[in-house]
Amino acid sequence: MKHVNKRPVRPAKPVKQEPRWQTKVSGGNFVDKFHAYHNLHAHALFSSLGRLLASRFSLVMTVVVLAIAISLATGFYILVANLQQLAGNLEASNQISLFLKDDISEGRANKFVGSIRQNPNIQDVKLITKEQALAEFKAYSGFGEAIKALEKNPLPVVIQVLPKNSLKNEQAIKTMLDDFNRSAEVDFAQMDMQWVKRLKSIMEVARRGVFLLSLLLGAGVLLITATTIRLELYNRRDEVVIAKLVGATNSFIQRPFLYSGFWIGFFSGVTAWFIVTVIMLILKQPVETLSRLYEGAFHVLFLGFTETMALLLISSVLGVMGSWIVLHFQLQQLKPE
Amino acid sequence: MLKFDNVSMRYPGAGDVLRNVSFHLERGEMAFLTGHSGAGKSTLLKLIALIERCSRGQVFLDGKNLNLATDRQVPYMRRKVGLIFQDYKLLQDRTVFDNVALPLVIAGYGHNEVSRRVRAALDKVGLLTKEKKYPAVLSGGEQQRVGIARAVVNKPPMILADEPTGNLDPELSAEIMHLFEQFQQVGVTILIASHDISLIAQMDHRILKLDHGQLVDEFGELAEVNDEAR
Repeated sequence: MKHVNKRPVRPAKPVKQEPRWQTKVSGGNFVDKFHAYHNLHAHALFSSLGRLLASRFSLVMTVVVLAIAISLATGFYILVANLQQLAGNLEASNQISLFLKDDISEGRANKFVGSIRQNPNIQDVKLITKEQALAEFKAYSGFGEAIKALEKNPLPVVIQVLPKNSLKNEQAIKTMLDDFNRSAEVDFAQMDMQWVKRLKSIMEVARRGVFLLSLLLGAGVLLITATTIRLELYNRRDEVVIAKLVGATNSFIQRPFLYSGFWIGFFSGVTAWFIVTVIMLILKQPVETLSRLYEGAFHVLFLGFTETMALLLISSVLGVMGSWIVLHFQLQQLKPE
Repeated sequence: MLKFDNVSMRYPGAGDVLRNVSFHLERGEMAFLTGHSGAGKSTLLKLIALIERCSRGQVFLDGKNLNLATDRQVPYMRRKVGLIFQDYKLLQDRTVFDNVALPLVIAGYGHNEVSRRVRAALDKVGLLTKEKKYPAVLSGGEQQRVGIARAVVNKPPMILADEPTGNLDPELSAEIMHLFEQFQQVGVTILIASHDISLIAQMDHRILKLDHGQLVDEFGELAEVNDEAR
């Protein structure tokens, strides 16, 4: 609206003007108008920014409130992404371990393995003798010296059974597990990776929870922007009314407000990115120490390029939408008197 | 240029503000609209500027029936009418230049065209040297001339003024009226609402008098044009 005052107006220089502009009496030519249209947008973009920066205090307050909401959603998202990475490293196979009774001889155990192999639903069976189990335990547990002190090998014979992949049905696997538990040789049977499955189900719940939470926080961002723009609209009521009186279309009047919404959303996105990144940096050290203790190959995931872009895009779009909602419902009510 | 055909305006709860108003302003004609407070002067102007829509009858501006204008068309119809107000309605945080430029910027003119036309309009009202000033530092007469420059900068075929001299002393008022006559001479149709009877009497222009929403002649009888229209 005031792009003309950016440049001081000098006395007319007819020599510099193109002749056709001088001959035009009513209305500029197409090229001039085309430039004018782009100028209007560029001007609305930067004048709305200037206007926002002029009222820095309220801008900062609004942006910080929005950024907190956005960073909550983003923070939970990145938390779940990290946990998922952790769970993703664990293969959730259906492997079953059968711990045989102590009095079962190795021969009988071998026979039992043979009988299991007959089962068409079984892909692989592996026998781990007491000695093998002990060696493995010594190597990995760190209790090697303590175990040497034992008179007798306390470990049972273990048979690892891997059901066929086709056997996806939880119920079928459960039935198989129950069958093993009932057989005379078996002390107890357990699914090795049951906890991974549970973790994955919990992750799925968390993922959906984060999605729903993000929806709520997004709605919050939308409405806070809307309230801010509504206030701005009412502060500039006179200007809007005068513009309407001299023939401004709604889109002309809306433009600077939509750009204000964009800037508010964009700045909130940038601030939220900083909040999340700083929190991640603070958590990085202890998490990686923890990870090392578990010998895990776990690294803290930060917001990647795509995620950052998505964060900025979504917050900007929310800002523009919040602004649009207000304009759509309130602009009609601002009538000249 | 402007034609009212049996126009009535009724506000809910306030009864008829305008009743069967009919008149026709030729292109390039200048007329005063007078009447006591509440006679319906402002309402009549609002109908032309499409701020209100009439309840009955038809308003034609530049050959277009305003009743048929959609909301989307309203801004474009308003660009045909330069509006001038008693309280000037200037943007206080913009310079004189920017205030006058507003209609051109809205209409999408390029920078060169805007500068050229704004300077021409300011020159016309004698304020070329004050283009960088803010309205607050100008006198009432100067502010009104800024308002007039804004109204004419887009070269509208019609100018509507609502009590343009209401806040000005007689000398300044006469100056402003003289300015309107200059625009009339270049073919602009002008309708000025005013209750400044002495000022109007000094000038030789058509007078439309409203009395309780009806057009009357100078003796207070229902105007002839009204009877014709019936």
